[in-house]
Amino acid sequence: MKILVPVKRVIDYNLKPRVRSDGTGVDLSNIKMSMNPFDEIAVEEAIRLAEAGKADEVVVVSIGPAKAQETLRTGMAMGADRAILVETDDEVEPLAVAKILKAVVAEENPGMVIMGKQAIDDDSNQTGQMLAALLGWAQGTFASKVELDSDAVTVTREVDGGLETVKLGLPAIVTTDLRLNEPRFAKLPNIMKAKKKPLDVKSPSDYRVDITPRLKTLKVVEPPVREAGEIVPDVDTLVAKLKAMGAV
Amino acid sequence: MSALVLAEHDGGKLNPATLATVTAAAAVGGPVHILVAGGDDASAAADEAAKVAGVEKVLLASDAAYARQLAENVAPLVAGLMDGYEAFFAPATTTGKNIAPRVAAMLDVMQLSDIIGVEGPKTFTRPIYAGNAIATVESSDAKLVITVRATAFDKAAAEGGSASVEAVSGPGDAGLSTFVGLDATESERPELTSAGIIVSGGRALKDSATFEATITPLADKLGAAIGASRAAVDAGYVPNDYQVGQTGKIVAPELYIAIGISGAIQHLAGMKDSKVIVAINKDPDAPIFQVADLGLVADLFDAVPELTGKL
Repeated sequence: MKILVPVKRVIDYNLKPRVRSDGTGVDLSNIKMSMNPFDEIAVEEAIRLAEAGKADEVVVVSIGPAKAQETLRTGMAMGADRAILVETDDEVEPLAVAKILKAVVAEENPGMVIMGKQAIDDDSNQTGQMLAALLGWAQGTFASKVELDSDAVTVTREVDGGLETVKLGLPAIVTTDLRLNEPRFAKLPNIMKAKKKPLDVKSPSDYRVDITPRLKTLKVVEPPVREAGEIVPDVDTLVAKLKAMGAV
Repeated sequence: MSALVLAEHDGGKLNPATLATVTAAAAVGGPVHILVAGGDDASAAADEAAKVAGVEKVLLASDAAYARQLAENVAPLVAGLMDGYEAFFAPATTTGKNIAPRVAAMLDVMQLSDIIGVEGPKTFTRPIYAGNAIATVESSDAKLVITVRATAFDKAAAEGGSASVEAVSGPGDAGLSTFVGLDATESERPELTSAGIIVSGGRALKDSATFEATITPLADKLGAAIGASRAAVDAGYVPNDYQVGQTGKIVAPELYIAIGISGAIQHLAGMKDSKVIVAINKDPDAPIFQVADLGLVADLFDAVPELTGKL
């Protein structure tokens, strides 16, 4: 089985984004960019399935600027076999991403698509579910465990009330949650090897997908700042203050 | 603009997140209908939904295929009903987040996720970058598909309405997926997202037994729900559904007590709208103190039992 893993280049997880003072968005110039952490987990899961003999090829795909090639190389350094970049400098919304991925799926015929549950920039949490709808496939979202058999995949999902398990017919979409696995760090020899792995560059028009945005961002502002309160010297003062506030 | 709200319910009881979603839908203007999709117990939830103030009609889809809220089955039901509506709202719970984008794609609509404000009939605010920025976004789609952050809206009154209940049906089982089981976290405590007081613990709690021995007595004393940081969940101290944060649960109780939590931005994104925040941490430089109303720099293993005793 072939597994397709979509990945997104986003602001590094450890950095605090700066909102532009003119309200037009977040300033990403000269900022370290990395693979979306949920997508790293997706790459890791696909590679583990390949290592367990349950998948024979892992293909990473990204939709974004030329620099997203770095993100794809990271995926190949982790162990993916080859990569596809659908290159565009425009911002592509989840619905359009899902439409492009649907076209990639039509070409590649994967048995499963594993992807992050959300990107840490727009926090949409939509693309996997949308892709599943467009393909008419089953979806196992927010996965913390994935068991793949020949004709079905059993997915344990992190839900509000605990852990839910569903069984999905194949092909299927799985979206990853934080505790599915711990992604490996790419080793230097593998980083060198990844540079020689195949990377195809395409454009959205190759797939005849209209990526015109449906949403218009009118402004982006900093959230209201919460003022720090006071440091109390001891538990007695804490209890007295809480009672005075009516909080307990 | 007529809006359809997806009810979240469990065992015939309406989840309070549904009430906040009704408020958001009503703010757009126009009549609000609620869809209750479920198995045999759905009619009890529909009766409850009919009493919600401001709701004009309740649609009841009772079918074994909808009992477990499988997105593959519920999304076609919703999409089929949307001819009569201009907007679809679901609470941004794990159920809503699973179903709504599937509906959006079926309708060829770009969804607005996790809205925290209604600025106009097609304009909404929503957090991005783990709550480090707030975007105002306008939709150009013919229909709206929206998930709602429940803590950002007041709950509609659970009593006072007298909506009619109308039975509807959809395509039923899509034959793509089956429910295997739910490992539910058993607790007598209030649910995290609707609790008035939350006591949360972090990695400093050492292990599962220490977490339990330290946090539980204080939570019992206050009648509070128990939460945790991602670090505490990853370390296995508590189950995953205790996690408060951008990728866990978003909470906004009257009182949030953070114990041994440093305050990573992802955690702050999940709790900084709480009314009163108390932090107990031995590191005076912990970022949690920057958002806390009351901070106590102390060893939690001394301070928490003392606090429990003195409340």
